[in-house]
Amino acid sequence: MIEHVVDGAKATNQIGLTRADYRGVQSTLCPGCGHMSIANQIVNACYELNLVPEQVVKFSGIGCSSKSPTYFLGRSFGFNGLHGRMPSLATGASFADTSVEILAISGDGDTASIGMGQFKHCMRRNTPMVYIVENNGVYGLTKGQYSATTEQGIQLRKYGKTKFMPVDICLEALASNATFVARSFAGDPKQVKELIKAAIKHSGVAVLDIISPCVTFHNLETSLHSYVGGKGHEVPLHDIAYVPLLDEITVDDFETGTIKEVALHDGGHIVLKKLGEDYDPFSRAQAFHILEEAHRKNWLVTGLIYVDPDEKNLHDLFNLVDTPLNRLKEEHLRPPSDMIDVANQLMQ
Amino acid sequence: MEESIANAGVATSLGCSEVSREVVNDFSITFSTINGSGSATANLTIMRAIFKMGIPVSGKNIFPSNIKGLPTWFTIRLSKDGFLGYTEKSEIVVVMNPQTFARDLATVKPGGVIFYTDEYKGPIERGDVVAYPMPVKKLAKETDIPANLRDYIENVVYIGILAQMLGIDFERIYQAFETHFQGKKKAVDSNFEVVRRAAKWAEENLEKRDPYRVAPMNLTDGMILGSGNAAAALGSIFGGIQFSAWYPITPSSSIAESLNEYLPMFRKAADGKATYAVVQAEDEISAVGMTVGAGWAGLRAMTATSGPGLSLMAEYLGLAYYAEVPLVVWNVQRVGPSTGLPTRTAQGDVTFSYFISHGDTKYIILIPSTLKECFEFGWQSLDIAERFQTPVLVLSDLDLGMNYWISAPFEYPDRPMDRGKILWEEDLEKMIERCQGKWGRYLDVDGDGIPYRTVMGNRHPRSGYFARGTGHDDFGKYTELPEDWEKGMKRLALKFETARAVLPEPEIRTLQGAQIGIIAYGTTHDAVEEARYLLKKEGILTNYLRIRALPFSKEVSQFVERHQRVYVVELNFDGQMKQVLSAEMPMLAHKLRSVAKVDGMPFSAECIVRMLLSQEERP
Repeated sequence: MIEHVVDGAKATNQIGLTRADYRGVQSTLCPGCGHMSIANQIVNACYELNLVPEQVVKFSGIGCSSKSPTYFLGRSFGFNGLHGRMPSLATGASFADTSVEILAISGDGDTASIGMGQFKHCMRRNTPMVYIVENNGVYGLTKGQYSATTEQGIQLRKYGKTKFMPVDICLEALASNATFVARSFAGDPKQVKELIKAAIKHSGVAVLDIISPCVTFHNLETSLHSYVGGKGHEVPLHDIAYVPLLDEITVDDFETGTIKEVALHDGGHIVLKKLGEDYDPFSRAQAFHILEEAHRKNWLVTGLIYVDPDEKNLHDLFNLVDTPLNRLKEEHLRPPSDMIDVANQLMQ
Repeated sequence: MEESIANAGVATSLGCSEVSREVVNDFSITFSTINGSGSATANLTIMRAIFKMGIPVSGKNIFPSNIKGLPTWFTIRLSKDGFLGYTEKSEIVVVMNPQTFARDLATVKPGGVIFYTDEYKGPIERGDVVAYPMPVKKLAKETDIPANLRDYIENVVYIGILAQMLGIDFERIYQAFETHFQGKKKAVDSNFEVVRRAAKWAEENLEKRDPYRVAPMNLTDGMILGSGNAAAALGSIFGGIQFSAWYPITPSSSIAESLNEYLPMFRKAADGKATYAVVQAEDEISAVGMTVGAGWAGLRAMTATSGPGLSLMAEYLGLAYYAEVPLVVWNVQRVGPSTGLPTRTAQGDVTFSYFISHGDTKYIILIPSTLKECFEFGWQSLDIAERFQTPVLVLSDLDLGMNYWISAPFEYPDRPMDRGKILWEEDLEKMIERCQGKWGRYLDVDGDGIPYRTVMGNRHPRSGYFARGTGHDDFGKYTELPEDWEKGMKRLALKFETARAVLPEPEIRTLQGAQIGIIAYGTTHDAVEEARYLLKKEGILTNYLRIRALPFSKEVSQFVERHQRVYVVELNFDGQMKQVLSAEMPMLAHKLRSVAKVDGMPFSAECIVRMLLSQEERP
């Protein structure tokens, strides 16, 4: 990433914007909340990708996670919708201008409980959007109830032990034929940032299940949802970097034979550097397998779990005109006057 | 009695001495069939042939919530006077379902006729009815139609017998087949051959002993025939609809299905690409969510549903109301509460639609009565939604949406599309200049309660804002301040008042000297007009106001004011429109009386007269 610094002025990216141009209003989340760490990486990712803020549209549901879109990209359009129903809102809006990047923020309650239906249908439609789940395993805004992703047997302050098996958001996404499934940890900002960049550049739906500790209600070391527990059990599948089209990859950067590249539609690549075992992110079978293994071994497995960069997205199926639909004028939308006879002929 | 019926001559003399007094173009025919048997083709063909003969006609389907094997009825009403509302009994009943014979026989008007499949071997326990047996199985077998189509062909057989006995023009039947089979000559010819043979059989074997006959007229020249749902879809297309998400539910599904059928015919760009998208959602919450998203993003967006679906849409409609998002919801009403009678008609969602969602909400509602109005409200609703940046609900019902109506033809929209106060880059720049740099999504710049809006994709650096269902100020910023909330509510109320004056005005029909008023809306229209005619014959003159939109314009209260008493006719149990009228004009509420009922059937004129007269006679 090249930053242009002229005579001590503020650093700008290639389109002349400063990091401040990507920030939002002052956060009202608790100090130390994982969600703010993610918000900061969204700012960094968009800045480094040289995105025009007006070309990003934010969506969210309800909950602490869903408040956070006001804390980044203050110049962008956004819509804070209903609890669990953000995917439909974003899907409908996405047809208006398919050139914008949709950045959707949800939480574990918003996605894995009330919003499970919309989440899964959003996956199977391959709606072009980044779908970030800020997963803290607890209801924060209503003060500490357990959520559908809280691990079984976790002791919460007011609500006792959780009784049920948790929902694994990545497994649900995979089962619903999502084309980009990743998990990350708010305590691993570099990985979060690179995954966000890769997700933005993916042409279909990209799910990021980011473990994002709630320092107020759910930060017990015994839970993978805490900073300590997450860090202690994190098993990264690979080192990940998004490399845009123009940045040439030099062999020196990576040890030969240890990298995998995922070619994306914009010409850029996701570069995955092998860490331990060989992992193939193009294999759904391996993806299911690693998630199952992680569950058995109590790992917080992170990285790009599955990707299919070539599957047609929702918009590809509609053969839309090139002009954004919301810029079409009356002459494109209202049939000419002689067509009224055709309409009347249909009613006989 | 049975003997006398078996003896045709006696039956005739019992039936009526009216055999010499012909009844031409003024009766109903009810077809009693089994659903899934293909009877719809036969019934529509007869209806279309009568329409093409120039005779006013309507077709109403009374069907079960079932796919195959249960009784179903279709009533065609012909009226030289143009009264096409529902009738409780028919002059002619065609019974193809032996199981329902007794019940069907009871629905024949005195002096009427029953055509029945000769599979029925039982008694005919009415002496005032002319009975014609039809050997439909035998006649179907004589055709060279494959055995798997025989059930269907039995229905085509009765077309021929009826045509022969009633004088339906065979050329028109041929044309009706051409319409139905969209010109596929082989299907047209083979069906017509069955009709011709059946007619020949009737000519040779049945002696006409009833007074009913059709004769050509010229009252349907230039008119159209179809269902309200198809008209709604076409109207929306001429309104420039760009996005629709929907979930299947009777009786609204055919709106979306019609969009899918017609959009490619009307709205492909020159390069063959689409200027629209129609998405089948996973449920009604998602359907309305997508529609709200599209409306917010600047697309002309509509969804269609019925009662249970509308219940699921409540939360999103509240969000759209408060965040000021334009969208249109067609609610094709059926009988509720709950699953209710899913294939029967009602007007039971008036109060729910008007106030839907929690908190203080109110909605613009349009209520069409005719095919032509379905078309007009199809495009006008999209204009109104964008102009007022709010959800618009169009209240149709199963009767209008799925049954067959004749109407004056559709007219091309008489004004340009109204996209409302939407600002693109240059517009926004000018607006900021006009307001000396002050710009906010919810600022009431013009004092009419309607703010200006920008939509995603706008590249102006001040165009973006964060829409939300939480408390917000003029600039879209989060606020919990009491004065901000109250200010927002007041502006929304002002916007609603602004709408009141420009919505489709009520239609008023008067009779000289009438003291009594009738208020009705939607599909009770035909029955009300016929009831007024019947009441006039009794010496009771009525004036009639048909509500076409909520909130009411001042004409409505003025109408109530002018009359001693006003009957509010509606197809629901609670008298919902009367409730709304009473709430909006409490000083006049004492003048309102309710003619309200719901039992799954449309209102008949006779029923309105009965219910109205019973209150007139009350001391």
